[in-house]
Amino acid sequence: MKLNRKNKLLAGLLTVAVILLSKLFYIQIVNNRYKIDASNNSMVYSIIYPTRGIIYDRNGKILVGNKVAYDLLVTPKEVEKFDTLTLCEILDISPEFVRDKMNEYRKNRRRIGYQSVVMLKQIPPETYMKFAELSYKFPGFKGQARSIREYPYDAGGNLLGYVSEVDADFIKRNPEYKSGDYAGKTGIEAAMEQELKGEKGYNIYLRNSRNRIESRYRNGEMDKEAIPGNEVTTTIDAELQHYGQMLMENKVGSLVAIEPSTGEILTMVSSPGINVSMLADIGKHYNEIASNPYKPMFNRAVQAPYPPGSVFKLVNGLIGLQEGVLAPDTYYPCSMGYHFGGHKLGCHAHKSPINLEESIMMSCNAYYCYVLRAILENRKYSSIAEALDKWNEYVKSFGFGRKLGSDFPSELGGSIPDAKYYNRIYGKGGWKATTVISLSIGQGEIGCTPLHLANLCATVANRGYYYIPHIVKASENIVIDPKYYEKQYTMVDTAHFKKVINGMYRAVNSGFGSGGTASIAAVEGLEICGKTGTAQNPRGADNSVFICFAPKDNPKIAVAAYLENAGFGATWAAPIASLLVEKYLEGEISESRKPLEQRVLDGNLMDRVKKE
Amino acid sequence: MRLNSTSRRSLAETIDWKLVICYLLLIFIGWMNIYASVHSSEAESILDMGSRSGKQFIWIISAIGLAGIILFIFNPNIYESFSFLFYIFTLGMLIAVIFLGVEVKGSRSWFAFGDIRFQPAEISKIATSLMLATVMSQSGYRISNFRNFIITALVILVPMVIIVAQSETGSALVYVGFIFMLYREGLSGWLIALMGLVILTFILTLTTSSYVSILVLGSVIGLTNCLRSGKMKKWLYTTLPVIILFSAVPFICKSVMESRPDLTFLSDGGQLYLLLGVSAAYTVYSVYEAYRERNLFKGLSVLTFTVGILLVFSVDFVFNEVLQDHQRKRIEVLLGMKEDPMGVGYNVNQSMIAIGSGGFLGKGFMNGTQTTYGFVPEQTTDFIFCTIGEEWGFAGSSIVILLYVFMIWRIISDAEKSRENFTRIYGYCVASCIFMHLFINIGMTIGLMPVIGIPLPFISYGGSSLWAFTILLFIFIALNKKESKYF
Repeated sequence: MKLNRKNKLLAGLLTVAVILLSKLFYIQIVNNRYKIDASNNSMVYSIIYPTRGIIYDRNGKILVGNKVAYDLLVTPKEVEKFDTLTLCEILDISPEFVRDKMNEYRKNRRRIGYQSVVMLKQIPPETYMKFAELSYKFPGFKGQARSIREYPYDAGGNLLGYVSEVDADFIKRNPEYKSGDYAGKTGIEAAMEQELKGEKGYNIYLRNSRNRIESRYRNGEMDKEAIPGNEVTTTIDAELQHYGQMLMENKVGSLVAIEPSTGEILTMVSSPGINVSMLADIGKHYNEIASNPYKPMFNRAVQAPYPPGSVFKLVNGLIGLQEGVLAPDTYYPCSMGYHFGGHKLGCHAHKSPINLEESIMMSCNAYYCYVLRAILENRKYSSIAEALDKWNEYVKSFGFGRKLGSDFPSELGGSIPDAKYYNRIYGKGGWKATTVISLSIGQGEIGCTPLHLANLCATVANRGYYYIPHIVKASENIVIDPKYYEKQYTMVDTAHFKKVINGMYRAVNSGFGSGGTASIAAVEGLEICGKTGTAQNPRGADNSVFICFAPKDNPKIAVAAYLENAGFGATWAAPIASLLVEKYLEGEISESRKPLEQRVLDGNLMDRVKKE
Repeated sequence: MRLNSTSRRSLAETIDWKLVICYLLLIFIGWMNIYASVHSSEAESILDMGSRSGKQFIWIISAIGLAGIILFIFNPNIYESFSFLFYIFTLGMLIAVIFLGVEVKGSRSWFAFGDIRFQPAEISKIATSLMLATVMSQSGYRISNFRNFIITALVILVPMVIIVAQSETGSALVYVGFIFMLYREGLSGWLIALMGLVILTFILTLTTSSYVSILVLGSVIGLTNCLRSGKMKKWLYTTLPVIILFSAVPFICKSVMESRPDLTFLSDGGQLYLLLGVSAAYTVYSVYEAYRERNLFKGLSVLTFTVGILLVFSVDFVFNEVLQDHQRKRIEVLLGMKEDPMGVGYNVNQSMIAIGSGGFLGKGFMNGTQTTYGFVPEQTTDFIFCTIGEEWGFAGSSIVILLYVFMIWRIISDAEKSRENFTRIYGYCVASCIFMHLFINIGMTIGLMPVIGIPLPFISYGGSSLWAFTILLFIFIALNKKESKYF
């Protein structure tokens, strides 16, 4: 054959044909990748969502259970003309919603292909049944059962936390989640997400070319069952939590109760909180919650930094005893306060001079100014800075100024000042004991959470040690961190706690007129020991604080109540805390204290709190 | 004058039946595969007039009717005389559609009369082919004549430019195929080589760097020169070591810079300046040599190299400023510069999955899953080859490709046998058009070409395209028949 131009062109034609055929040969016969991708394309994964683990209280009562709801799925490619109005009527949605959704699917039809997409979430069963009866009229629409949360007790939304569909941000941080999955976002649901979530399963089907499900892929041998989430037993007492929730209604603050002998959190209320009725479908109420000026999402019990107020005198007293600068029979005078230089730290009227027990009983401010000065001006230490750092070390051994390490999410560490802190403010040597004198009564640069205070109470109840507060109990399938079984000793010896506890006992049980600040908390036969606090709040009226435990020997419960802008510790915090103790130990409120209970339940302090 | 009456051979002998049968096979394959790719969960008849396969049936019947008219009623002599008017008329339509047409996927290239739409660009292939045949078959025409060459180029470029203006770059690309016809008619082969070099440079610059691009450009031109003048030995001793040295430069610089990052003159920019400096020196020397030897080829080579370097530096500009967004993305995906399986790459990826999953024998008629699920877009028009690949496998795809090759081969052979320049030139035009469509379309579905939306001749759904290719082909068969009668 001549190599003329015609033949060159024909050779070119053949070359191109060979190139096309080789590439075809490569992708059709040599390379398997495309066949695998194709079967992926025609495989349909039908996801089976696991039921989430049930959350129990300490007595086996269900705090969080599951119920069935339905998601409405749409396969846009299968949708034919349908009666929009009927659909809207059944499902109680607006025609605009349906129209917008359908337009959205049309816009994304290439991405959606033959897949189904969720159009409506969490339709209650009653509504879904109405749809199911008429579903033949709506080709392309189908329901998918999904378990959602149910809350038999109003145990408080902040404690339990909510579950919601994961968003893009969450998936980025936790790549094991896929769009459409649910995850616990706050509270116990978030803390125990790994246990509660369970494992998704799936059935694999194969479609034929007419998009009909033709068969199970490999007869279902590759399918996976969904594994339900683990049951979680919490340390919460459902009844007590519910009662605490009622006591705190219409008040701003927290109520935390701990079992001192274990560190188990019995009750943790943050008020105002999220009502459990909103939890299951939090998305719907999100705006309402976000716009609430009292910030119900904010879990005050573990996140709010408060000045502890007079309850902190216990700590200073104990440090004084341990350091040897204070003895139980040390008497200090009080003339309506503590006078230094031209200044005065005021106190209320009570007898003078008084000893340690009486100082706790009557909550004398001046006494603790002397105590703090004695601690800080101790000759043992070369400087006041060194003494303050020692003091800081003591206070931290009570769990203050750092995260306690509980299993509850987003715990706040709080703050306890040290010498470095004051050096920064006043300059090195620019401050002395009187500069920081308000630390003596739990004011000033101290920030702690109600959980810290409850823990302090448990520590005093235990005479010198605490267990790290926690919310999950060990159970059959859940092992808790061994640290929760370890006693955390403070730097103060057990012997010193006796006097302080006597003071707390007398504060409650001396009867009205004796000068005891917490007589209102007394319950016959319960031997409640308590300490009031009235912490200054720069944003209005004082905060009402009370910590107490009972009984005096072998304490069963330690409580901290902290109420924002509620005035004296004895006015609101003491009644609330003591009612909680009574409820826990006695099961009910005695007849004589019913009026007090009624006053608390009726009390509305919301107006006193400045809204944000 | 009725030539038929003087026929000395029977009809069966004068018509190239092999071409006609090839044509009928292709449209039948097209029809079946359109049916296979649109049938949905409700099995409809292939003749259901509401579906695309039903509509295609009407187009097929009418196209066959049209073919009959062209073969038996029209006098083949009219084409030469009417080609100029037809060409002008088509240009008018091409321009009119920009203003009067409906917008489809961002381009204004369709006229719409109610439900029926039609694309003037399809007809312009016929008009241009006829016009080219007319112009180039004039006695005394020589392509090497500058004036003739310019006229020929204009005949091709004018419709091409208008089509680009309609944002139908894909259709315009088909006109590049006429270069094969021009080559047959005497255009220098170097021009084709030059075009190849331009494309190579463009792609190299985009995918690698200016440095590599210039180096390859210089090497190719240098090697061509040596091959042509037979000075291979000299080339081996002198130029090759230089090329190897320069190939190694980037690696050397990189390893040196790892330990001495302060030597910034070794960076990419520095290397490029070094290469450019040496190139410039060598270019000056070559110009001197070319002048001394009176070697025009060498002179032109130097010119090509210089223009090539300018091209390299303008690639970024052309790529980013001249090309439209979607075209740029398609090229980026094809050249592997960007992975984009869900965006632009989606079509190609899904189409390759569909074809690849066909295996050797395919999944069988109507059993393809990829194309019918709608994973592949445009599955009846531009991506119809996916259905063929998936349902008929490598065997079926090969048959289709071989049918096209046979058809093109047959057209070229017939054209060569013809004693009339008009028929030969027109035949080459037809072959070029079909070839370009074939290569671009199938190349696109298997990832050899960027996504360029042009139909597969005779097979893709659509009346406008089917009619145009039918007319294009049957005018040639008719022209051929006219001559065959006298043998």
